[in-house]
Order: sequence, then structure tokens, then C-alpha cells
Amino acid sequence: MREVAVLGIGQTKFGELWDRSFREIGIEAGLEALVDAKLSSADLGALYLGNMASGTLLDQEHIAPLILDYAGLAGRHLPAMRVEGGGASGALALHQGYLAVASGLYDFVVVGGAEKLTDVPDSAAAGITSSAADHEWEVVFGATLPGLWALIARRHMHLFGTTREDLARVAVHDHEMGSRNPNAHYRNRISLEQVVGASPVAEPLGMLDCAPLSDGAAAVVLGPLDVARRHTDTPIRIAASQVATDTMALQHRDDLTTLASTVVAGRRAFEQARRAPKDVRVAEIHDAYTISALLALEDLGFAEKGRAGPDFASGRFGLRGDLTVNPSGGLKAQGRPFGAVGVAQVVEIVRQLRGEAKDRQVPGATLGLAHDVGGTGATSVVHLLERVP
Amino acid sequence: MSIARFWRETPRRYNLGGSKCTSCGTVYFPPRAVCPVCTHHRQSIEKMVPFQLSGEGTVLSFTVVHDAAEGFEMQAPYVLALVKTPEGPVLTGQVVDVRPEEVGIGFKVRATFRKLREEGRAGVIHYGYKFAPSEESTAAPPLGPAAAGPPTEAAARDRATS
Repeated sequence: MREVAVLGIGQTKFGELWDRSFREIGIEAGLEALVDAKLSSADLGALYLGNMASGTLLDQEHIAPLILDYAGLAGRHLPAMRVEGGGASGALALHQGYLAVASGLYDFVVVGGAEKLTDVPDSAAAGITSSAADHEWEVVFGATLPGLWALIARRHMHLFGTTREDLARVAVHDHEMGSRNPNAHYRNRISLEQVVGASPVAEPLGMLDCAPLSDGAAAVVLGPLDVARRHTDTPIRIAASQVATDTMALQHRDDLTTLASTVVAGRRAFEQARRAPKDVRVAEIHDAYTISALLALEDLGFAEKGRAGPDFASGRFGLRGDLTVNPSGGLKAQGRPFGAVGVAQVVEIVRQLRGEAKDRQVPGATLGLAHDVGGTGATSVVHLLERVP
Repeated sequence: MSIARFWRETPRRYNLGGSKCTSCGTVYFPPRAVCPVCTHHRQSIEKMVPFQLSGEGTVLSFTVVHDAAEGFEMQAPYVLALVKTPEGPVLTGQVVDVRPEEVGIGFKVRATFRKLREEGRAGVIHYGYKFAPSEESTAAPPLGPAAAGPPTEAAARDRATS
């Protein structure tokens, strides 16, 4: 297996992009990544596209060749495919691209993630959110995705004494970071009182505990590490790419307060990279709901089980803490275009490791982690990225 | 949802029909074709037999859903819970016939056959299980006119006990 590096990155603004179509945002992110990698499309081997719900949202399946076509590359007849794993679709696409380059099958690939959520009414988009849960045994009985995460939150509160404020602090932090990110869906700061007082969605989770429905796209160009310096002064090595799965429905888990898929993907990633959680200086973690972030911090080994809330309160995960979490603003503030999320997380980690993150730059970051989850954790994906000395 | 897609699950949704592994004795709901806990799980193939749950259960966790699932809009806010059965499986379902603030972790419930949702005026009506307070729980004072009151106290009490 060859070492794989990220050579280029691209990302659209996230948010309600009324004037942009699905194909426009997909192409914008992809071409930006190609230009950033100083790569000619003639060198391109394949496209992997993370997307969760284009069929339901846009009546358009078969989107990978569509994006290539409108990017002017139909005549190259490249292999192109969509990868789907609920909210983890983007990170899964990255895993596929990583495997393709590592195996030697292709030298250079584009991994994109794109989702267009505002071309349907909010209610339809919210219904699609819940389609990452088990339709037959959860959704049919009245469950929604925030409702299922609320069940996790209530159990976490019951067992560990996690408070409403512990949850709310995640959203306050994310919006603070989002205010520094020009691509973020939300750039406003919010207070603890606003989060706690927001209208309820599924108690104890309120409107401001839940990530928004966003449009957006992100892309990276991957290539072999040994030729990476021809394309960039700051190659970022993919030190680990790991996927793990678990039961589809929450009701089949022995432990409701941990995502076993995250625990396993994280452990495999640290083993692959021969590193430990304490070596990570910056992390983009799945925070579709505030409780999701607390679980992720515990399950990835950044906090003891049950302690992520108090640890968050201590400032450990802030910009000047020992592990900066979600400098992009996370799903909560940067936005949540499902299939684009996992790729955008890696784009942010690459910016951080290159030292290009401006006023949200984490000082001295050389190892970063990206963590993406589908549904309530039937899929988790963990990537470790490292700046090459 | 097509009629057949819902209809074929009626033994499970109407009658709590699960399955039991005759190798290790573990009970599953919904029924499974293969036992996930048997060490040599292929040996459980064709050794899973039907098993009906009693319908008894205890609330493992709960939420009050305000932003309803599709087809449940007229029922919001409603209590959604994970219910642990004495046979082993955990079920996801609504808790009804109770003030939301009375529901807590450990609350005893019993499955009841109800209308779940309907697909518009001319659509399919879905029936299945919900959970109501068990006889043990209803030993508490009967429901008064406040039954439809706001569910906000549930969250407050959760904070107080956590």
C-alpha cells in the first residue's frame, strides 16, 4: 500500500444557496481542489462523490458522471461513482478515494461531497434526515433523528449527571468558531441562555442544539505522497482512514451512551497511524446534535466516559485549549450539507495543518482528526491527517 | 409507503412477534434470521423460532418530540421512548395515555394496539404498538383535565435529577 497525501482542497460557502444548483456547487468545489493541487484534469484517475439523498431531494440519481460531465470532463470517460452512508457519505467517499490511490490503481483522484437541501421544503429535508435511522422499527413508530439523539442525551444525563448547559456549551463554542469562518452557514455568536431557551425539538434538545439544513460542496485531490511535493509545498499525509459500523437501530445497542462504531473506527485509526489521542491538536467531530459532540469526544478517547460535558466547560476544547474541536464551526455552525460534511471536515483539517486558517488557526497543529457519523452511529468514519515535516 | 410494505410486517407490529435463538436462548425483536450473539453465528441459521413478547416493559430513556415525524404532526408534542422488555429486546415507541411529565426512566409500561399514522385522507392507515402506563404505574392519581398540558416539566425534572 502506498502512502497517500491530500494535494488540493476546495469548498463552497455553506448555507442557503438559493441561486446555485447542485451541479454548480459540486463543480465549483472540485475545480477549486484541482487548481489548488496544480493538477491537470488529464492526470485525473477517478471521481468519488459523497452524497446522501440526491434522488429524494432532486429526483436525480446517477450524479457522479453528471458532475464530471458539467465540469467538462465527459470526454475523458473517467470512472466515477457516488458513495452513500447517510450523514457519513462524504467521509466514506474519502475512504474509497484513499483506497484507490493507496492500492496503486489510480494515481490522482478527486473526492467530492455535495448536497442541495434547500430545493425542497424544510419538512421534506427534515424527513430525509430521519431516513438515516431504521425506517421500519424507529421512524414508523414516531422517531426522528433528533428524537433518537435526544434519547441518547437523556440517558447520558441520567447516568453521568450531564446537564442541559453541558449540551448547550457545544453550540455556543461552534458558533464562536463559525463567526471566524467565511464559509460558515451561521456566523453569529450565541449565548448559553439562547441555546437553553430555544424552542424544543426533542427534549432535552432544542432548536439551537441541532445543526441546520445547508447546501454546500467540498472536494479534495488525493495522490501518492512520494510525488506530492510537485503539487504542493505542504503535503498532508493521510495517516489513517478507518470505517466501522454498528446496529442500524438505537434499540439494538447494549450501551446507549456510546457509539461503538466510533470507538472501533477511532481505535483502528490510532493503531494504523501509531499515534494516540493525546497527539491530536485539532479535531473536526460529528456534532449534528450537541450530544453527538460529547459522545464523540468520549468515544474517540479525548475525554473519559461521562466527562466530556465538564471538560468542555473547562475550556479544554477551545481555540487555546489542548485539543481544539471544530474550528470550522462544525456541523452546527459551518453547516450540514450531509454528503459534503465529511469532506469539508478534512478540508478544514488540511487548512489547519497547512497554517492557512487565519483567525481560527490552531497554533502548532501537526496532527488532526476528522470524525463523521451516519444516523445514530450505524456508520462512523475516522481520518487522521498529518503535516509532512 | 406501499400497502404490501406495511402489511408484511403486521405480525410484528400488531402482535409483537419476535424470534428466539434455540442455540443460546436470546430473544429478538423484530425477528432475526441469524443470531448475532452465538459464537458461531452461522450455526443459528434455521434455528431461530417465533417468539411472542408479553408487551410488558420499562422506560430506558425518553424524549418529548415537538418537531414530529412525518405523519405524526397532529400528535405533537408526544413522548417517544426506548422500552426494555423483560424478555430482553428494547423497542422504540410512543408512550401515550399519560402526562409527559409523569414519564421517567424506570416508568412501567405495557404495549397497546393503536393507530400510528395515516398517509393523508386517502392513504393507508398504519397500526401498531404504542405504550401506555402499566397497572403498576396507574396506581398513581388518575389523569385530570391537565392531561394535554405542556410537557416542559419533564425537562426540568430531568435536570433536577441529573
